Amino acid sequence: MEQSPLLLFFRRMFRRKLVLIAFLVLCVIMLMALLAPWVAPYEPTAIKVIRRLKPPGELNWLGTDEFGRDILSRIIYGARASLGIGFAVVLVSMTFGTLFGLLAGYFRSLDGLVMRVVDALMALPDILLAIFLVAVLGASAFNVVLALSIVYTPRVIRVVRASTLVIRELPFVEAARALGVSTRRILSVHILLNVASPVLVQATFIFAYAVLAEAGLSFLGAGVPPELPTWGTMIASGQQYADQAFWVVLFPGLAIVLAALSLQVVGDGLRDMLDPKLRKAL
Amino acid sequence: MWLKLGRRLGSLIIVMFLVATMVFFLTRLAPGDPAALMLGDQATAEDIARLRQVYGLDKPILVQFLLWLKEIATGNLGQSIFLQRPVIQAIAERAEPTFFLALFSVSVAALVGIPAGIASAVWRGRLVDQIVSGLAMLAANIPSFWLGLIFIQLFAVRLGWFPVAGYGEPGAPFMERILHLALPATVLGIVNSALIVRFTRASMLDVLSDDYIRTARSKGLSEARVVLRHAFGNALVPIITVVGLTAALLVGGAIVTETVFGLPGIGNLVVSAVLRRDYPVIQGALIVVAGIYVLINLLIDIIYTFVDPRVRY
Amino acid sequence: MSMNTPSLLSIQDLEIRFRTEDGEIAPVRGVTLSVAPGETLALVGESGSGKSVTSLSVMGLLPRPAGRVSGGKILFRQRSGRTVDLAALPLSDLRGLRGAEIAMVFQEPMTSLNPVLTVGEQIAESVRLHMGLGHASALKRAEEMLDLVEIPHARRRVHEYPHQMSGGMRQRVMIALAMSCNPSLLIADEPTTALDVTIQAQILALIQRLQREIGMGVLFITHNLGVVAEIADRVTVMYAGQVVETGSVGEIFRTPRHPYTNALLNCLPARARRGEDGRRVVQSIPGSIGKIGDGCAFAPRCVHATDPCGVGTVLLETEMDRSVRCLRWREIPA
Repeated sequence: MEQSPLLLFFRRMFRRKLVLIAFLVLCVIMLMALLAPWVAPYEPTAIKVIRRLKPPGELNWLGTDEFGRDILSRIIYGARASLGIGFAVVLVSMTFGTLFGLLAGYFRSLDGLVMRVVDALMALPDILLAIFLVAVLGASAFNVVLALSIVYTPRVIRVVRASTLVIRELPFVEAARALGVSTRRILSVHILLNVASPVLVQATFIFAYAVLAEAGLSFLGAGVPPELPTWGTMIASGQQYADQAFWVVLFPGLAIVLAALSLQVVGDGLRDMLDPKLRKAL
Repeated sequence: MWLKLGRRLGSLIIVMFLVATMVFFLTRLAPGDPAALMLGDQATAEDIARLRQVYGLDKPILVQFLLWLKEIATGNLGQSIFLQRPVIQAIAERAEPTFFLALFSVSVAALVGIPAGIASAVWRGRLVDQIVSGLAMLAANIPSFWLGLIFIQLFAVRLGWFPVAGYGEPGAPFMERILHLALPATVLGIVNSALIVRFTRASMLDVLSDDYIRTARSKGLSEARVVLRHAFGNALVPIITVVGLTAALLVGGAIVTETVFGLPGIGNLVVSAVLRRDYPVIQGALIVVAGIYVLINLLIDIIYTFVDPRVRY
Repeated sequence: MSMNTPSLLSIQDLEIRFRTEDGEIAPVRGVTLSVAPGETLALVGESGSGKSVTSLSVMGLLPRPAGRVSGGKILFRQRSGRTVDLAALPLSDLRGLRGAEIAMVFQEPMTSLNPVLTVGEQIAESVRLHMGLGHASALKRAEEMLDLVEIPHARRRVHEYPHQMSGGMRQRVMIALAMSCNPSLLIADEPTTALDVTIQAQILALIQRLQREIGMGVLFITHNLGVVAEIADRVTVMYAGQVVETGSVGEIFRTPRHPYTNALLNCLPARARRGEDGRRVVQSIPGSIGKIGDGCAFAPRCVHATDPCGVGTVLLETEMDRSVRCLRWREIPA
């Protein structure tokens, strides 16, 4: 029986049930974020003072916050910002990380400079660098994306550079070079295709980190403006009511854990599938 | 070996130079005139101009940069705009809680993570491994501030076992400090143990398939001795690396946890400086944190030489 | 010889199974061999014939949980005179024998020693465990052992790490380690394969000398018939997980009865020069291990194979001191 490569890919990917579950959870979260206006039971900003800080119940499945807003609805809308920012960070850091990683790995003369800059950026803890950048750039959703991209690009550079260093010595690249294939084509076709899988794995991890980091920044008041519901801002504004209404803090946090965990599990599944050596070790 | 350490030291200095450069020029990108910021809303244009001269802000930016580098090299990190004291002093005042928090957190993380990672590797694929790996995965994806809030609710507010926040009165006995640090250190320990578990497991798995492990078994040694003396002894280098880096990153990376628990540490200092745009403090803290990271890295390299005889010779 | 001397090690109809991704395989099925005290038995076969797996099973060192002994016996006569089945012995009892009464030298001297412990510590560890010596006297014993295996400056080198030594030196250390508790059985799994030819000869001479002095039995695993001729008293030939022939070294070399043995001998340079048909016999791929099929495993490669060779089970026939697993051995000229 002939099997399409895509089908084979999914079959191998989901051999572990946990990976399948995580993937489905992720799909559900993303769908809810996309379809928020149709899925959410209430407007996320609808204030109802009489129903403030109500515990989870029939009317509000996950309770209400200090303004009587429905927490479930806010989590669903919050997914848009939280995951949107995370996804944007992934796109930006993948693009620049791959570019610089390829250049550093292929052209030895650039390697020293690029890697020292990477070292310098990685000498600072993620959240410290992020908060510094946001402080300098000004707090907005765009600048949070920019700051977190600067934080996570070095990780991609390291991964891509390491793979490039290995791949550039492989016979097929040498053969291409000997046949007179241009450097640009070697980089963009031969090497890029082969670093794609480690980059893809890294992407899922960075997605998870970015969701966590965005929440942390928003919590510190150095992220997106508090009017925009993200999971981080929900916890930040809810924390002073945690004594009387724990659900205000509990559920947005669970949303973060669920999203980040699913991403991580899918990334792990991807890596185990793509890296035969690791797969054996499991 | 000395040559290697020397080369290492050289690249560390370059890294520190790059950090300083980055911090300086990025800060200059920030909106607002530092002098105007220092004097507040009431300042006249004349006042601002005078202050610019005093701080050398009227000089070309490259000259400013070189002057600043010179100051840093001599250990002067400048003057805080809001705190009315040298940045280095402000940081020193906040160092204690951060130091002990990092120390206790990394101890918790290592004491939990290393044995769990070893068990996970020894019983690979069994129930223990699945539970440990699953928990590690979970721990890595919990936001520390959220876990902190939950812990405060549970163990401080509801059960009353620990103080809710803060670091105690000035001059409080050390036991009280420990009580204040217990919850935040546990939170950070749990969150950071995940990486240590993963590294320990991977490193042990690697080593356990080596030939000398079979030799050790062929000598009739107990499995405990094979695992703890022969395998662990060889798996130590990556484990030390990850524990050391965790400690290094906790020095400036515990910002969120310090804020949640109201600990007056360096992270807390940075957050308030960011909210008040106190750039000298932010710059100074970044330099210090990066410096500590770089020094711990060097320390890790030195520790290697004690652990692995192949590096020593 | 094995008939009149009571055996030190007697493996009877051993079967070993491995679980793999593609189901279970049996790399060893029906191995029977014996080693008498003071005797050297060479276990010969090409890579993948199951000879190393057999030797590991004696030590209980099959990779777990994938591999296990699924049939047969591994009888070992302890120093106390009691005979135990190593395949059925609890692991804790087996540990008491490992290193003490049965010791092993492995193929790879470069990787078989622990890089973070000094060679002295590694020898002393075994001595302390099995001989109950204290730290200082165990280290003293380690030094004596290094001296015994002809390592110069033993007093100094006992404190060195493996990476400070050459491959040949490390293999001497491995031998010193194995001999440190005076074992009655030494298993040497291709101990010279990874070494230079000149070093090989020295190590072989060392093992022979120590065997004479201590009087232990040696199970010597090799694929090199030149080594066999030099060191062995008797030879057991394995092919595709089975014993195909056993006999004294003289008989095997003079009158091989199994076509596979014959083919192996024809690959020796001295013999190959004699006949035109030198290398012709070993053709096609080696017998696939583990797939339990019908007939003689060697039949597909055998120049003498006839139809009956492809069906049924071929038994190991024993006559006097010789065994052979071939339907036609009486008809085929050696």
